[in-house]
Amino acid sequence: MAAIQVVRSEWTKIRSVASTVWTLSLAVVVTIALGMLISALTKNEFDNMSAKDRLSFDPTYISFAGMSLGQLAMIVFGVLVVSNEYSTGMIRTSLAAVPQRGTFLAGKIGVATGLALVVSMATSFVAFFLGQAMLGSHKTALGDPHVLRAVIGGGLYMTLIAVFSMGVAAMLRSPMLSLGILMPFFFLISNILGNVSATKKIGRFLPDQAGSRIMRVVPRIDDDTPYGPWGGLGIMLVWVVAALLGGYVLLRRRDA
Amino acid sequence: MIELAGLTKRYGEKMAVDDLTFTVRPGIVTGFLGPNGAGKSTTMRMMLGLDRPTAGDVRIDGRHYDRLKDPLKYIGALLDAKAMHGGRSAYNHLLCLAQSNGIPRGRVAEVLDTVGLTGVARKKAKGFSLGMGQRLGIAGALLGDPRILMFDEPVNGLDPEGIHWIRTLMKSLAAQGRTVFVSSHLMSEMALTADHLVVIGQGRLLADTSMAEFIEQNSRSYVRVRSPQRERLLDVLHEAGVTVVESGSGALEVDGGKAEHIGELAAQHQIVLHELSPQQASLEEAFMRLTAESVEYHAHSDGPAEPRPAWGDGWERS
Repeated sequence: MAAIQVVRSEWTKIRSVASTVWTLSLAVVVTIALGMLISALTKNEFDNMSAKDRLSFDPTYISFAGMSLGQLAMIVFGVLVVSNEYSTGMIRTSLAAVPQRGTFLAGKIGVATGLALVVSMATSFVAFFLGQAMLGSHKTALGDPHVLRAVIGGGLYMTLIAVFSMGVAAMLRSPMLSLGILMPFFFLISNILGNVSATKKIGRFLPDQAGSRIMRVVPRIDDDTPYGPWGGLGIMLVWVVAALLGGYVLLRRRDA
Repeated sequence: MIELAGLTKRYGEKMAVDDLTFTVRPGIVTGFLGPNGAGKSTTMRMMLGLDRPTAGDVRIDGRHYDRLKDPLKYIGALLDAKAMHGGRSAYNHLLCLAQSNGIPRGRVAEVLDTVGLTGVARKKAKGFSLGMGQRLGIAGALLGDPRILMFDEPVNGLDPEGIHWIRTLMKSLAAQGRTVFVSSHLMSEMALTADHLVVIGQGRLLADTSMAEFIEQNSRSYVRVRSPQRERLLDVLHEAGVTVVESGSGALEVDGGKAEHIGELAAQHQIVLHELSPQQASLEEAFMRLTAESVEYHAHSDGPAEPRPAWGDGWERS
């Protein structure tokens, strides 16, 4: 079984269902539009901000504000790419065609990751430039220290969120169950854990909080996070690899 | 050729497939028969490497399924007409299968034409009727031009024209020298298509025989006689040394008897006959007898409960 055949087949699968187009477009539009909106609001509010807030003002990070919502569409993309095989029964046809389950999963996740990476990178750059345009005189430039790292990091962050969701969906199989766990987790629970002082130390090791560190150029005042931007992305990567391994092991063991 | 050796699948305490050993040979249609829940689909899933056997082994042309390079070129299977993404067009569904096994793109149009779906190739599969879904599934099975074909209950839910089409297709595939393995829970269907018969019940092998042999062994011929002078007829037949079985509804059944012989005897004794007909027990009955012990879900033979009057029916009378 040549791996290239599986990649070709998975590319046909991913481009021939409507959910790919609408989840990815939603991720792009929401991330960019919300980032622009919040950038524009911030510019108008800048004069009313406290001195402390002005010191930690991070124009790059502000332009990525839309990602908190846009990532939810990325999660839906990641979940559906994997779990629609199960919800439709296609998995039996797919595994009969490609009985090497590791090759099958690697092909599927590889293709979906590649697509997510292209879309996320483009989204990150566009969100940055349009966000800066909204910030007017408070803007930063791609050439400023660490800014390029943050913008590339934004694309990697979005991609990894999608891949993490693929791994979780490979373990859970059901789209409803996967979304029912991932959506509230990233939208609510992670935020709550990260903002309550008792759980803050645990919260910042969660995939989204650790990973999003890479999008910050100006660290928060009295920030005592024990990892840097790349360290944070590394922590997120560990989560992603764990989810993928879990998905692989279960797929190997289970009856289809 | 498909070889099963001691194939077993256990779900917890329940034996779904119990020590099956048989061989599916090329050039003929092998019918795989069993009542609902007998383990036919589980067996077929294990043949395709989808379910892992608890014990035993299946080999396709001497090899395990997951050892086949480009398996769709060896064995094509229709397991479930719904095993596809409804949002994908028929063409793209077949294209992704073809690409995964290195089958040239042109083959997709060929099999669509074979199953008569060319006109709806670009339509989404979720809009397909059950019959069209079956045809698309069969197109997928034919895609790699495999030597072995496997169909799980292919005629389920099809209209007579679709059933006829599938029967003809299976026979022509076997005539080309391919191995055709088809499951059904209907003996009558198998009698029309299969050359060889494998019968299972509760996961166990009950019969592995040629169709002709099965018919010969299991079809009982008898003559049914009906007469208003029943007692007298019984006496006459008894005197002539003919064994008679009384069936329900007042008729008599003469096993292996000749209708002519019985008619002549009755005429000699001036007995009036209302019926004198040679009968052949159906294969369906033979199959039912064979699997009677192993049917898992017995329906209750008494009729449905008396319908209760719906609530509010009597309001006009009060």
